[in-house]
Amino acid sequence: MYTLPTKLKLFSIILMVLGLVGIIFGFLTTPKTIDDVRKIMAEQESHHGEGHAVDGQDGADTANFVDEARGEEGYSGAAMEHATDLKAEGHGAASHEEHVLHQLQTRPWSATFVAAFFFMMIALGVLVFYAIQFASQAGWSPVLYRIMEGITAYLLPGSVIVFLIVVFAGTHFYPWQDHELVAGDKILQDKSGYLNFPFFLIRGVIYILGWNLYRYFSRRNSLAQAGANNYDHYRKNFKASVFFLIFFLVTEATMSWDWFMSMTPHWYSTLFAWYIFATMFVSGITVIALVTIHLKGLGLIPFVSDKHLHDLGKYIFAFSIFWTYLWFGQFMLIWYANIPEEVTYFIIRIQEYQGLFFGMLILNFVFPILVLMNSDYKRIPWFVVIAAVFVLVGHYIDVFLLVMPSTVGHNWSFGIPEIAALLFFMGLFIFVVGMGLGKVSLKPENDPFIKESENYHF
Amino acid sequence: MAATKIHAIYTDDDLLMQAVKQTRAANYHISEVFTPFPVHGLDHAVGLAPTRIAITSFLYGLVGLAVAMAMMNYMMIDDWPQNIGGKPSFTFYQNMPTFIPIMFELTVFFAGHLMVITFYMRSKLWPFKKAENPDPRTTDDRFLMEVDADNHDVEKLSKFLYDTGASEISLIENEHDH
Repeated sequence: MYTLPTKLKLFSIILMVLGLVGIIFGFLTTPKTIDDVRKIMAEQESHHGEGHAVDGQDGADTANFVDEARGEEGYSGAAMEHATDLKAEGHGAASHEEHVLHQLQTRPWSATFVAAFFFMMIALGVLVFYAIQFASQAGWSPVLYRIMEGITAYLLPGSVIVFLIVVFAGTHFYPWQDHELVAGDKILQDKSGYLNFPFFLIRGVIYILGWNLYRYFSRRNSLAQAGANNYDHYRKNFKASVFFLIFFLVTEATMSWDWFMSMTPHWYSTLFAWYIFATMFVSGITVIALVTIHLKGLGLIPFVSDKHLHDLGKYIFAFSIFWTYLWFGQFMLIWYANIPEEVTYFIIRIQEYQGLFFGMLILNFVFPILVLMNSDYKRIPWFVVIAAVFVLVGHYIDVFLLVMPSTVGHNWSFGIPEIAALLFFMGLFIFVVGMGLGKVSLKPENDPFIKESENYHF
Repeated sequence: MAATKIHAIYTDDDLLMQAVKQTRAANYHISEVFTPFPVHGLDHAVGLAPTRIAITSFLYGLVGLAVAMAMMNYMMIDDWPQNIGGKPSFTFYQNMPTFIPIMFELTVFFAGHLMVITFYMRSKLWPFKKAENPDPRTTDDRFLMEVDADNHDVEKLSKFLYDTGASEISLIENEHDH
């Protein structure tokens, strides 16, 4: 039986309070009018006027080329302005300032959403991993079931918060919710059969309902199995897991179209859903490893050996490579063909977020592959912890880069709203997961594979 | 090379594992074990050093990566930097995404093939090699443990091996010992 250590509990509460203050501060300090924006821009100008001018010149060429091609395809001027804001001077100063105002007002929303989704996707990734263990009747992992269930306790609060942000963000995130814009844009009109608010709302409800129902029933069955003398509850869980995986496959794809891809509604990529899945899956497995090491360090799970840690290490290693494969598959195909309507997505990310964009590759690919390649190292807890920290920081940046360039464009920075949101959700995550782990015995008794799992070695 | 050896044949891999452990505990030297299939944990029981073939593979992979990068940098950037479909062939890094599939494949190619060749060389395997099988039944359903008998009392050793569950024990005089 685990109880959240008092110090950790206090720590998480402090994080939440600090984070909440920071988030509120972020929302209160956004500029309200165009005059505020002018003041901010004048300040920026005086700070680094020279460097910016050169930047603008560079971007102008690309933006012109892209805009021309878009114009031929029947894109409205207003839509183009939202999609790529690389050429500041082109659209006239007044509309530009309005645009900057919109982006600055969006920033606290985006900052909160990035952190909220990051922690929610960890819980969701763990839930999928858990379902896969059941559906594949894995013999090594049953000793980790309670740990996974503890982490997925965060899914309910996490997914509700993410859902609320997505629903209330409105045109901060989703330009297709702006009726004026849609009225002048042929592309968005064509997409309105899918991208309209009522349907968006219904889909969101279905996702979080489906995921949370599976979490609730699988947890209940798993606990009931511990006190049962037959395997009925296990069989139910097996079936539920199979159907959840089918449901998840579909909803995860539409979720990523809804919540992320529709932030840039003119852009589309087929691989996008799997790419986001890879991000959430590898982060989830990484957190399972971290929590396992934490509990092992407290001496609460003597039935988990370094062989189990080795397996988790292999999963982190393999899915880091899988993530990189999908990232590169998406990037290289778009880079190679260089079709204007697709390539805008990467132009803004490379021009405005270069350090993060390529730095995340080092964190998510190079470090895990080098740290976790040796099979002896995968059994050393602090080695796995190092790799896990790299992976988690890298995938936070990954989510940051999914959201920020599409919503706040080049007006991004990493300041109080971002850090505060990260702290708040980290605190909430630690608190909820700690409570979720604490309610029951950490060993899933009576599981048909528990004996095999305990004696697992290779 | 030991002149005399004892070949003990076992009918079961569990029995063989037991026998290997007992023989090593009794300080007899096992020179070779022949089995029809991989027996899990046998290498550990016999006390073989872990293989280093994975390390060689990693190094070969690095060689492959270096070859791919040097080759494409020379051909596409240095030697004849043509404009092919507007791809930026000014520096290696600007055109890198096109090179990555080849870099990946050559890394895997070198790592895989050179590792296999290393394995063949280290285990002395090649076509037309004369099979070193002491008893053809060990490729089917028998397990054979070969123990050095030079400095031991053959009677005592045979008795010991019989007690470990060997179904046949034979003394082998090594004819071509040079």
